[in-house]
This record gives sequence, C-alpha cells and structure tokens, in this order.
Amino acid sequence: MSITINGQPVAPPDDPRVSLLDLLREREHLTGTKKGCNQGACGACTVLVDGERVLSCLALAVQYDGCSITTVEGLGTPGNLHPLQHAFVEHDGFQCGYCTPGQICSALGMISELRRGVPSHVTVDLAADEIALTPDELRERMSGNLCRCGAYNGIVAAISETFAEAEPAE
Amino acid sequence: MTPFTYARAADPADAITRAGVQGARYLGGGTNLVDLMRETIERPAALVDVTGLSQAIEEQADGTVLIGAAARNTAIAEHPLIRTRYPVLTRSIVAGASAQIRNMATAAGNLLQRTRCVYFYDNEGSACNKRAPGSGCDAIGGFNRNHAILGASDACVATHPSDMCVALAVLDAVLHLDGPAGPRQVPFNDFHLLPGDTPQIETVLQPGELIVAIGLPALPLALNSTYRKVRDRASYAFALVSVAAALEVEDGLVSGVRLALGGVAHRPWRARIAEAALVGGPANDAAFLAAAEAELAAARPLRDNGFKIELARRTIAAVLTDLAENGQ
Repeated sequence: MSITINGQPVAPPDDPRVSLLDLLREREHLTGTKKGCNQGACGACTVLVDGERVLSCLALAVQYDGCSITTVEGLGTPGNLHPLQHAFVEHDGFQCGYCTPGQICSALGMISELRRGVPSHVTVDLAADEIALTPDELRERMSGNLCRCGAYNGIVAAISETFAEAEPAE
Repeated sequence: MTPFTYARAADPADAITRAGVQGARYLGGGTNLVDLMRETIERPAALVDVTGLSQAIEEQADGTVLIGAAARNTAIAEHPLIRTRYPVLTRSIVAGASAQIRNMATAAGNLLQRTRCVYFYDNEGSACNKRAPGSGCDAIGGFNRNHAILGASDACVATHPSDMCVALAVLDAVLHLDGPAGPRQVPFNDFHLLPGDTPQIETVLQPGELIVAIGLPALPLALNSTYRKVRDRASYAFALVSVAAALEVEDGLVSGVRLALGGVAHRPWRARIAEAALVGGPANDAAFLAAAEAELAAARPLRDNGFKIELARRTIAAVLTDLAENGQ
C-alpha cells in the first residue's frame, strides 16, 4: 500500500507518530501546506483526502495509507493557476499568504460539500436538496480557516466569483 | 508524543483482540486523541485504528436508525434519514467544530472526546484531578467561565464538550458495545458519568470495550426538534450553553417533550425535571421559563460562570417557544 500525494505514490512513514502534515512538509518537501497552530484550530494545514477537506496536523499519516491526498501543489502551478488561485490574486484574498493554501483547499472541499447538499449551521431548510452559496453560507462553511491578516472580504469575493452560482459578495 | 505501535482493525473482534494489550487505545479520526497525545496528556502504548469498522447508517426493521461507530460526523449530519427524522442531531453536529474536523471525527470518537478545560490541558503547570487523580483542581477558584453549573463536585468542574451528544441525550439513543466480556447495550443517558470523586472515569466503558454502533429509536416527537448553541463567536467555538429539544403540542398543551443541555455539566445534561414540569401543561413562555427554573434550581455557580444559569433559563424558553410555534 502507499499514500498517493498529488498523483505520486509515497510510502507511509515507519514511525506512526508522523502527522500527514509533517510527512508532506518534512519528507516530501511539499511546503505549500502550512503548519499554523498544529492543534486543529486554524485550518492552515487543510488538504483534500479523496476529495474531502481535512486537517493534516491532526492526521496520523499511517491512517491514510491507501488514500489520495491533494495539496495546493497539486492544484496549479505559477504559470497555470487554478481558477480559484487566480481569483484570490484578483480579489486580494490574502496579505501574508500563510493561510492561503489552506483556504484554497478548504474552499474546494467546501464547494463539493455544498453541491451534494451537506447542510451547515446557517442552512434554514434541512430537507433542501440544493443550497445556494450565499455570503452567510460561505462564511459559516469557511469558519475553520482563520486569516490573521483579516483578508476575509477578499477571500469571500474570490470564492464567490469562482463558483458562479453564488451571489456576488458585497 | 511518546512512541506507540499502530494497527488497523479488520472487524470488531480483531479490534478487541488487538486492544487486549497494556496501554492500548482505540483510534478514530484522531481529532482529539492525536492532540492530547502531542500534549502527552494521553500516552497510549498501542493504537488500534477502528476507522475501518462500520460506517453504515441504516434503518432497522423496528424503525431504529443504526449508525456505525466509524461513521464520520459529516456523514451523519447529511444523511437523509437523520436530516428528516432527527433534525436535532443534524443541527447539533453542524454547530460543532469545523467542517474539516467533522469530516475526520467519528461517531464514537465524538462521544469519547475529552473536556477542553484549560487546566486539564495544561499538563506542565496545573493541578487536575482528571489528568492526575489526587492532584487537585485549579479550575475551582481559577478562570472558570466555561465550567459546569450542574452536577459538579469538589474534585472536578469540567464540562463535556460535545454538541452531538446533547442531541443523542434527547433522542434516548442506545449504544451498542462489544468487548472482552461480550456484547451489551447501554442507554446513552447512562453512558457518561458525573465527576464525583473519580473525574478520571468518564464513561461506563470497561477496559477494552468498544463502541460498535449508536441506535436511534423511532421517535415521531423528534420531527419537531432543534438545537441552539450559544457561544462567544458565531462559529467554530465551544458552547457556553446549548439546548437540544423536541416538542409536541396538542390543543395548546404539551403532550410530549425532550430537553437536554450542553456546556453546563460533566456529561450531556438531560433535563428530566423540566420535562416533568412541562408535560400536560400549557405551551407558553411562562410555563417554559418555570420549567427551566425548576431544572436550574440545583445549579451552583463558580466565580466566573454565574451568567450560565440565566443564559440557560432564557435559551431553554426560547428554543421551546420556537418549537411550539413551529409545531402548531
């Protein structure tokens, strides 16, 4: 078995104490994924596991043997940005940029949750099959990703524009 | 983290066998246990990964909805059977943690998460009877704004952190356990313990015992149910006070009610005194407030958390008022 990271097979660590975050950063040198709090409070380490957003700092890498991991490096390149990365640049969705890879991976996971009808804390009708990406829904669903620079308005605008069924942010 | 061995369990029997070694612990999504291990508050010698056990959410012949212990919190919240029949459970789950954590955390792990009392977490500098039995409790007389108002002891004033568990309390869930002594079922409301003199013992689980599934009995009352959480910020924070409730009103009178509180005690607090006060009486604000006061008569404030009593009183009444209007 192996862990697939951005399409490449990687052997799981021999030491089960290694977190998925440390595997990415220290062994695979994929330093796009950031270590913020390292205790599940900030969201900077968010990656996609089989398309679902998770916190790589609270994930023991050995638990993800057989899974497919996507990090920010797997989404776009400097010459060929993912549309959401481009939108973050256009809308000033960051200042220092430290939270940005987590914000982007989280937003991609968030959109797939929304499209399959996962309700949120602000969803009024739990029976609804379709949920609109209103600014309230977006902010609630992204609340696990902190931005100490306070670029939230730009982040909301970038995500809203990219996933066009949403209302434009104020 | 101190070193440990790791193994994936193939099925419950395999998990129980593997957990039969000294210092073994079951591992779910890791969202709480890994953090506690990093702080060396938890120091398991062996982790038995049980995320590969049942994640199924299925209706049984008797109308019970059975949730596999490894079902992720998000999967429970989004499941059509839960959203339509037990809205309080979906509402409680999506009020907790963040989406990333809900994608990782398992059903059983949610039940077994530990208090976020800052003195429990302060492994280096604080006395805590839960972490180090007999060492004392720095929360009593310390910063205790987040701590318990009901059922606390001189040994411990910590609160249970779960939102989902408050909903399971009103739903009268039944836990399906298995272990070295064989399978058994435990009512959810008998599962978590008050601190007493032994706050380090938090549940009735025996050594090596495993939660296999959570059963939700058929409960038509739950169709009109909800969860309200009051916290310091709008999202991604633990509850100061939360209320789970289900209400049925006929001809202006309460014909059925279930009520539980979160953020106020060492365990999810089923409010049976309030329920008894409400049944058969009028479904109006005065009755709701009176029932809340009856439940909270036993509340004992600490230095910083007296506000929780009034907050709980008003939140109970507000939630029941909403449900009464919704159920007309």
